[in-house]
Amino acid sequence: MPAAELTARAVTTVLTLKERPHVPLEAEALTPDVIAPLSRDEVRALPVVLGKRQRRLDDFFEVEGAGSEELELRGDCGRVKWIGRGMTRGRVRVLGNAGMHLGAYMKGGEIEVEGDASDWVGGEMAGGVIRVRGSAGGQVGAAYRGSTSGMKGGTILVEGAAGIELGMRMRRGVIAVRGPVKDFAGLQMKGGTIVLMGGAELRTGAWMVRGTIVSLRPVRLLPTFALACAYNPVFLRLYAKRLAGMGLAIPHDESDGAYLRYTGDAAVPGKGEVLVWQPAAP
Amino acid sequence: MAGSSTLRIKGGKVYDPANGVNGEVRDVCVRDGKVVADVEGGRTIDAQGCVVFPGGVDVHTHVAGAALNFARAMIPEDHRRNLPFVRTQSSRGGIGGATPTTYVTGYLYAGLGYTTVNEAAVPILSARHTHEELRDTPIVDKACCVLMANNEILLDLIEKGELERARHVTAWNIWAAKAYGVKAVNPGGVAAWKWGKDAKGLFEPVPGFSSVTPAQIIQALAGIVDELGLPHPLHLHCNNLGAPGNFTTTLETMKVLEGSRAHLAHLQYHAYGGGDWGTMRSESVKVAEEFNSRKNLTTDAGAVLFGNTVTITADGPWQHLLYKLTGRKWGNIDVENETGCGVVPYVYKEKNLVNAVQWATGLELLLLINDPWRVYLTTDHPNGAAFWRYPEIIELLMSADARKEQLKALAPKALKRVVLPELDREYTLSEIAVITSAGPARALGLPHKGHLGVGADADVAVFNESKDVRRMFAYPRYVLKGGEVVIEEGEVRRSVEGKGLLVRPAYDEKVEGFIRPLFQQYYTMSFDNYPVEMERIEHPEVRPCQQPS
Repeated sequence: MPAAELTARAVTTVLTLKERPHVPLEAEALTPDVIAPLSRDEVRALPVVLGKRQRRLDDFFEVEGAGSEELELRGDCGRVKWIGRGMTRGRVRVLGNAGMHLGAYMKGGEIEVEGDASDWVGGEMAGGVIRVRGSAGGQVGAAYRGSTSGMKGGTILVEGAAGIELGMRMRRGVIAVRGPVKDFAGLQMKGGTIVLMGGAELRTGAWMVRGTIVSLRPVRLLPTFALACAYNPVFLRLYAKRLAGMGLAIPHDESDGAYLRYTGDAAVPGKGEVLVWQPAAP
Repeated sequence: MAGSSTLRIKGGKVYDPANGVNGEVRDVCVRDGKVVADVEGGRTIDAQGCVVFPGGVDVHTHVAGAALNFARAMIPEDHRRNLPFVRTQSSRGGIGGATPTTYVTGYLYAGLGYTTVNEAAVPILSARHTHEELRDTPIVDKACCVLMANNEILLDLIEKGELERARHVTAWNIWAAKAYGVKAVNPGGVAAWKWGKDAKGLFEPVPGFSSVTPAQIIQALAGIVDELGLPHPLHLHCNNLGAPGNFTTTLETMKVLEGSRAHLAHLQYHAYGGGDWGTMRSESVKVAEEFNSRKNLTTDAGAVLFGNTVTITADGPWQHLLYKLTGRKWGNIDVENETGCGVVPYVYKEKNLVNAVQWATGLELLLLINDPWRVYLTTDHPNGAAFWRYPEIIELLMSADARKEQLKALAPKALKRVVLPELDREYTLSEIAVITSAGPARALGLPHKGHLGVGADADVAVFNESKDVRRMFAYPRYVLKGGEVVIEEGEVRRSVEGKGLLVRPAYDEKVEGFIRPLFQQYYTMSFDNYPVEMERIEHPEVRPCQQPS
């Protein structure tokens, strides 16, 4: 291997979208696992699918540098699907928006999106970290249709808002959203933790069997959730510490207030919990 | 459809048990879609080192119709697990798995060397849909059995003892569905399910009726099928499917059937002892013993293989129970006055005691029933496993060592509930040809199928002879359908269209005057839209009925 190429590997592979495609582009090759061992020409020749036609990656992207563990996607990739699908290592930075199924099935590594991400961020992921600076669509960390479990591990952070069915059927892992979340957050949840910093719309935790939903704002709960007690769970301190390192502050100190613990969903019946933050009277 | 070309399959070891040919090296010659004594010129296929079988015949499978489509919609996760079939010059795209799409079903069956299938459960109400799907199932010839044992109009007639009218209604129904045979599923039980009940006792009145019992329904239908002279006997799914201790019902059913022909479907699901799930065991010895002595019966294994699948049956009450056991998904369909249906995705696990017993029971029956001409290879696709896994069962039947290997993976507790470890019978290639082709063709009453004698349909499978039996049967070298080479070296070379096999039993036209007012009163659709038109059947072949004696 030429020395120049070895040096190139140490840096980032930059892919710049030439033009936003008219229909979604399916690009599951855009992962460090696939791209890292390849030369620049091999990267350029990677298959992508537009509609029913298979095309080359360089039909849509300018490719700079040979393959590396770090990918940088430039341009509006809001119609590029499956970025980081099933990745196990490395890092993907998306400077604009990202299309559907970002980081679906991923097992490790890190994805960061500067703009917004579409639906199914981290669908059925098992590990790794996804950070969306803008907003995310629906079904974040959710189970694909028909599957029994959604995300089984890893962390998803959304700085903006998120859509419906956040964490649907999730089994493990953490999802934290700074902005408001739509209906059915934690639908049929089986485990794991959802942190709602900006509250949620209707039917939060519907059919949840286990797991924890933490809300820093009051949420409207289904009548099948019952108030158990007010407390400050110890495990939340650990979560707060880790999320603080990622720039998200979760209150947990008794002097600041307490969490009202609601259990449900009794319709299933389930043993999940919704913790609603109750600030101490000033 | 019939190829005009001639063809010679040269130098293969031919297994044609119907004609007493057992591994002889000889040529098979084909002209105009039929097997002939000799040909001159034309293509020659070199089959040296290969074995030549008549094309496979599946006597009991579920490959088309409303229930199967319902199952397809219920298991998108299964579609994702399986690689898609990509469109080629000679084949269309689709998806495999537990419930393959229509086109892929045809390709997969042909890809195993199977050329005829019998869709085992069709309500008349969804017969039109079933035929549309069968039309899109390429290569294989297709027959179907129409569901009768929970048809309210028929049950009322049997209750009142009006058996002659019941015969005319049955014959009218068969023709209305453009069916080939009559299927009975859990006689009376599915009708009872509409009252939230089941019909567990053969001699107790069916809930919702005043006196008719499952035994009466079975006797009446088996008698009617024989009187109508249908080529295939009553195709019966016995009462109490799947329940521990159900072998007594199965033995009683065999007695009830005395004097009539019948085919007992998926016998594995009807051969359990024990009192509950904790004590369930195989009773294959008793069931096989009784079956061996009753020459009026045929059966198919309904064998189970470990792994993911989806269960589909008209047996609604059983499916509700299975859903309660799995706690996962459940689909339930009500088919007006005819039948019902349940769909439950299921995983057979090696370490699960019940599943281990089921796995062993299927193989035990295949090994303990001593006449291969009366027991056929099926998995009750997709209930026990998908049909494309048949080569795994063939391997288990041909090798006691392969069975021992799988037995090691089972829970030790399960071994005390089964007799499989004691059975050392190994199937020969000729016996495999019987249970996959010659036997089921005979049971279906198809004299031109399941053999390679002069005049037979030129449906032929050519396998590379190998010690690796599973691989050998999973990848035939050539498959001929109606004389055309459809599979070559594992690829679909040519996708021909199969025939629709059906019968037109004799009935009194006036019976329509009896059915019409009942129908107009109790059904949601118009009577005139009910029967399936002949034009709906692609390449129909009306098979003859025996003249009533």
